Formats: sequence, structure tokens, C-alpha cells
Amino acid sequence: MSASDKNKNAHLHGTNCGCGAHAHDGESTPLHEDSEENRLTAYTEAALMRAIIPDAVTRRTFLSAVGASTALAALSSILPLGFAGEVLAQAAPLEKKDLKIGFIPITCATPIIMAAPLGFYSKHGLNVEVIKTAGWAVIRDKTLNKEYDAAHMLSPMPLAITIGAGSTAVPYTMPAVENINGQAITLAMKHKDKRDPKDWRGFKFAVPFDYSMHNYLLRYYLAEHGIDPDQDVQTRAVPPPEMVANLRADNIDGFLAPDPVNQRAVYDGVGFIHLLSKEIWEGHPCCAFAASKEFVTQLPNTYGALLKAIIDATAFATKAENRKQIAEAIAPANYLNQPVTVVEQVLTGTYADGLGKVQTVPNRIDFAPFPYESFAVWILTQMKRWGQVKTDIDYAGVAKQVFLATDAAKLMKEVGLTPPESTTKSFTIMGKTFDPAKPEEYVQSFAIKRV
Amino acid sequence: MTAPLGLRAAIVSLTVFGVFIAVWQLGTQGSGIAADMTPEYAKLVGATASQGVSAMPGPGEVGAKLLEHFADPFYDRGSNDKGLGIQLAFSLGRVLLGYALAVLVAIPVGFLIGMSPLMSRALDPFIQILKPISPLAWMPLALYTIKDSSLSAIFVIFICSLWPMLINTAFGVAAVRREWLNVARTLEVSPLRKAFTVILPAAAPTILTGMRISVGIAWLVIVAAEMLVGGTGIGYFVWNEWNNLSITNVIVAILVIGLVGMVLDQMLARLTRLVTYSE
Repeated sequence: MSASDKNKNAHLHGTNCGCGAHAHDGESTPLHEDSEENRLTAYTEAALMRAIIPDAVTRRTFLSAVGASTALAALSSILPLGFAGEVLAQAAPLEKKDLKIGFIPITCATPIIMAAPLGFYSKHGLNVEVIKTAGWAVIRDKTLNKEYDAAHMLSPMPLAITIGAGSTAVPYTMPAVENINGQAITLAMKHKDKRDPKDWRGFKFAVPFDYSMHNYLLRYYLAEHGIDPDQDVQTRAVPPPEMVANLRADNIDGFLAPDPVNQRAVYDGVGFIHLLSKEIWEGHPCCAFAASKEFVTQLPNTYGALLKAIIDATAFATKAENRKQIAEAIAPANYLNQPVTVVEQVLTGTYADGLGKVQTVPNRIDFAPFPYESFAVWILTQMKRWGQVKTDIDYAGVAKQVFLATDAAKLMKEVGLTPPESTTKSFTIMGKTFDPAKPEEYVQSFAIKRV
Repeated sequence: MTAPLGLRAAIVSLTVFGVFIAVWQLGTQGSGIAADMTPEYAKLVGATASQGVSAMPGPGEVGAKLLEHFADPFYDRGSNDKGLGIQLAFSLGRVLLGYALAVLVAIPVGFLIGMSPLMSRALDPFIQILKPISPLAWMPLALYTIKDSSLSAIFVIFICSLWPMLINTAFGVAAVRREWLNVARTLEVSPLRKAFTVILPAAAPTILTGMRISVGIAWLVIVAAEMLVGGTGIGYFVWNEWNNLSITNVIVAILVIGLVGMVLDQMLARLTRLVTYSE
């Protein structure tokens, strides 16, 4: 076995691996290159940190409580070692390099998808296969049964999975939001004169999934206009790819969908964009990057590298000048499988509205990874409001457990983004202010509700 | 003078095909009227919206697409975009694996049921209940318990090909003529030898008919199963192109699915003819 092979093995297997295929003590690693030596130093440090606090959860809690650099400084004052870097997900060896990530072919998944063709995963030492998946229920099941290491999900899904709404309860985490805004209400061409929601009684609407921002935003919008989303209209879950076909076939009157579905309906001349979701709630979260708690705690370095790759990709996607390049990278059949112009219109915000006008809304979709805990609280209030959850919810507790704001903040700094100061914020939706500290009062304040 | 039957049939076939293509071509002409819109706007929408082109592809487009796929059936541009040939290979692999497993279970169990009136009566209620269940109804249960989508698809193929084979085998074995069994008994043939040299050849045509029905069902079901689980296979290809609203590719896939189904069916028809005997 050559030295380089050995080194590769050490990286593949990690320190806690009991497979015996690699040396644990580091004595048999006669490496020559500088970079390798640096990596080895970091590797030894990480191993030491692990040896001192063997339990992954405790270690991570400890590190995030005191800060990794403080911990290392404290350790190096006791131990004569040249500590060089941070422990969490830095040069520490990755437990697993070949990962599978599931996605649904919509522009919300942009950071997850583009990180593959544009090389963000490989930059962080990962070999990720992104796999297109047929629907949200399938993506949930494939992630729960570990065919996927992590997945693109709707941001309410990790919350729903954690509290066991609509599935078996499995502790789930959402380390990063993928996109904000990026949805729209599209109506069939025949309704182009019915722009007032009060005329929509009897309409059939489609949303991608019951546990989706789309569902909650459509319900919110309708209810604010005095339409009861359960009694005055029909709402059904339809996978995004089938929405345009259903609209063409006159099975539905409209949908609140993720892009590129809305733009595709315009492209094919079957619908028009009535309202962008940013007009309901400017900066609302949409889709998310999600992984099981088990993945996060058992493969902390891999998780760190993966999250960093995603946040890095998100930072790249935030810049308007990169959007065209991204559109070209993710439009082919391997990813979204859409005409480039459709994806480009969504990402650049210069788009045809279906009524003969070219609109310019640069932040039609935007990318901001920070998972505010107050987003989670709002989502939970809507689950409660619409009767998806009947029992009492520990709003703040669940939010903190699932939305990993601290990790995101740390990694955002490392890739040059400025994370917000606080993990919660208040926001206004259609003129109504949401106070994350008073979720139950918020639920009760609505006239139309199922509580 | 009349031409031979084969020739006449061919002429009728070609006429039907020609009429079908002509109607298809006429039906997909589209309005052809360019909609009233500014050039900048027209650039942002598809030809259906801007020039009144029919959303349904004509026979020419489908033919061109078909040739394109046949010219390069084994391309691989990443995990979500593979050639039609590769997708078919994945589907056929799943079908053959599930089907082979079903053969391994159905034929011995069918023999048992056919040869033993007791087992026949005892197992009948289970078969009657399980037989009419749509194979796709097993899918969520399979995904949940097997925890692997590819194996679940194979399981669904297994369960759908099981029943026709099982029932036909049992029926064929039970219907072997009394005289032949009596001759075997007179000659004091061992049970195993009786099964292989008397019952199996006698029941073979019925068994193979069951296998032929099964392979047809298996091929029908794999497309639906792959549309559900995704990943690879011809069913996934259909779903992926449906996602892109590419009706041309969907039609191409439909044609190819039909062709492969026909080949599978013909193969078993040949086999059936080989073992058929006249009394």
C-alpha cells in the first residue's frame, strides 16, 4: 500500500472507524507535501477533540457554546500542540465523501442542483450525486429510508416530519433555507378578467404538497380576501410538473406553485401570472435543504462540508450577474429539463407575465440561506391554524431543534456572507405583523381558521 | 383474380397507417396565426403561445425524435439524463429479475396446489384475495418495509407476475389426464420422476400461457412503478419528459414501450409453440 493510498483511506474512513483498514495512531503516515502535513495537523487536532469529548452531540454542543476557536485555544494551553484550524467541518477528515441528494426539478432547488455542475461540492471535497425525484412524498420516504443522505424539501416538511404530522416522527433538521420568494399564483387564461380573489368562489386550485409554504400562502391570501380555503374553493396537492398539463386540460383553475412552473404556463400560453408570492410576503422562505438529525450528528464533518458547499452556492446565486450562467447550468435534461429561456426569466426576474407585458422584478426569486427560527414558528402557526396539528405545539422548542440557525451563521461567515444578528425576526404578511414571541395569539387572531 | 391473403392484409394495414398519419398531421396543424404581441415578449414565450403552433407534435417531429434516439441510444449525461437504450435496459433488468423470482415461486407452488387437493382448497382463499390487488397498491407498503425503491419496484413486478403463473400452473397440473397418471402409477414411477416426465410436459403449454400473461402484465406495471419511484428506467423517462411537457418524447417512449412489450410477448409465444403437443 502506498503512502497516498493510506492517506486516502484515512480520509475515507475517519478516525472513529473500526474497520482496521487504516492506522489510527498517525505514525505510519510519512507524508511529504506541505498541504498534506497541514491536513494531518488538522486531522490530529480533530481526532484529539474527538478523544476528549467522544460523544458527537456533546462535542458539537460544547463547540458551538464556547466557539471552536476558544475551545482550541483552551486546549492548546494545556496540550503542547500547534492547533491550526477550526474543528467543525474544516480540514477534519470527511466521514463520507460520496453522497446522494434528492431534488425536485424546480428552481427552488437551484443551490442544491447548481452546486453539482458548477463544482461547489467538489470544492469542498465531496462527490455528490444529485438525483431527480418524482414527488415530495417520495423524497421524504427515500430520505427517511436513507437512500438519500440529504434532500431538497419544502421548508415545512422537516417540521412536519419532526412532529410526526403526515408521517412517522423522525427528528429532522433544516440547516439552510434555499430560496426566498420564487412562487406565484398562476390562473388559466380564461380567468384573465377575474383578478379579484372575491370572484374566485368555486375555483379549483393546486398546490405542490399539503405541508408547503405554497399551501399556507395560498390559504393566507384567500382568507385575507374573505374566501374560506376549505369551503369556498377546492385545493388539492398536485406534483409541480403536472400542474401545467392540468391547467391546459382545464382540470384546475389555477395554482400557487414554485417556479419554473408558473413561467412554463406562460411559455406554453395556458396561463398568466396573477401575483408573485413576494407580494403576499416579501422575503418568505420557500424550499430548504434538509437532513436527518442522525446524519448531522453522526457525520459532523461531512455535514459541515456539505452545508458549506450549499451556503457557498447560495452566496453565488444571490448575485444577479451570475444568474444567467446558473440558468444555463441547471436547465438541461439532467437537472430541471426546461427550456433555458424559462429558467432564465425566473432567475433574472425579467419575464413575460402571460398578459402581453414584460415585467422586471429582480428579486422575483432570491437566495438567502439563513434559517430564521421565526420562519419555523410561523409555519407551525399555520399548521395549527389549518388543523394539520391538533395538539399543543412547543413553537420555539421545535423551531430551535429543526432550524439550525447557529450552524448556518457560522458557515455563512466562513464563505464571506454576513449572517443576521438574531435568529428570530418579526415580519409583515399582507399588512399584518407577526410576532414570533406570541404564536398562539397569532393563530387565534385570524377570522378564518380551523382551530 | 385475388391477391394472396397476406398481401391484402398488408395493403389494409398500410392504408390504416396512412390514414392515421394523415389525420394526425391534419389534427396538429395548429391555428398558425401569430398572436398579437411585441417581439420582446414573443421571444420570452414558446411557439405555441406566440405563433399558434399546436402543442401536440405532428408525425414528422415524432419521427425525427425517434431517429435521434435510435442514433444515440446509450448516451449518459449524468444520473438524471441517460439514453433510451440505457433506460430500457434498466426496466428490462427489473422486469426480468422480478419475473424470474416469480417463476421460482409460482411454478413449485403451482405444482403443489395442482397435485394436492388439500393444498388447493387450503390456499384458495389467500390466492383469491391477493390476486385482484393492483400491483401498484403494494408500492407504498413495499417502500415502507423494504426501504429501497429499486427493490420495491422489483417486488411489485414479482407480485404482479406471480398470480397468472401460479393459477395457470395449478390448473395445468390438475388437468393432466387421469390415464397418463394411471399409466405412471402402474409403472411404479417415483413421484419426482412422475412430476418431471409426465406432469411437466403435459402441463407445459398451460404453464407457458400463464408465463406469457405474466410477462405482459409485468411490462405494463414496470412503467407505472418507475414513474412513481423515479431514478432510472423507461417509466422514469416518460415522467421526466412529461415534466418538461415534451409530448414528442412521451410519444417516442410509448412507441418503444409497445415494441419491447411485443418482443417479450412473441418470445414466450414461440416458447409456448415449442412445448405444445397434439393428442
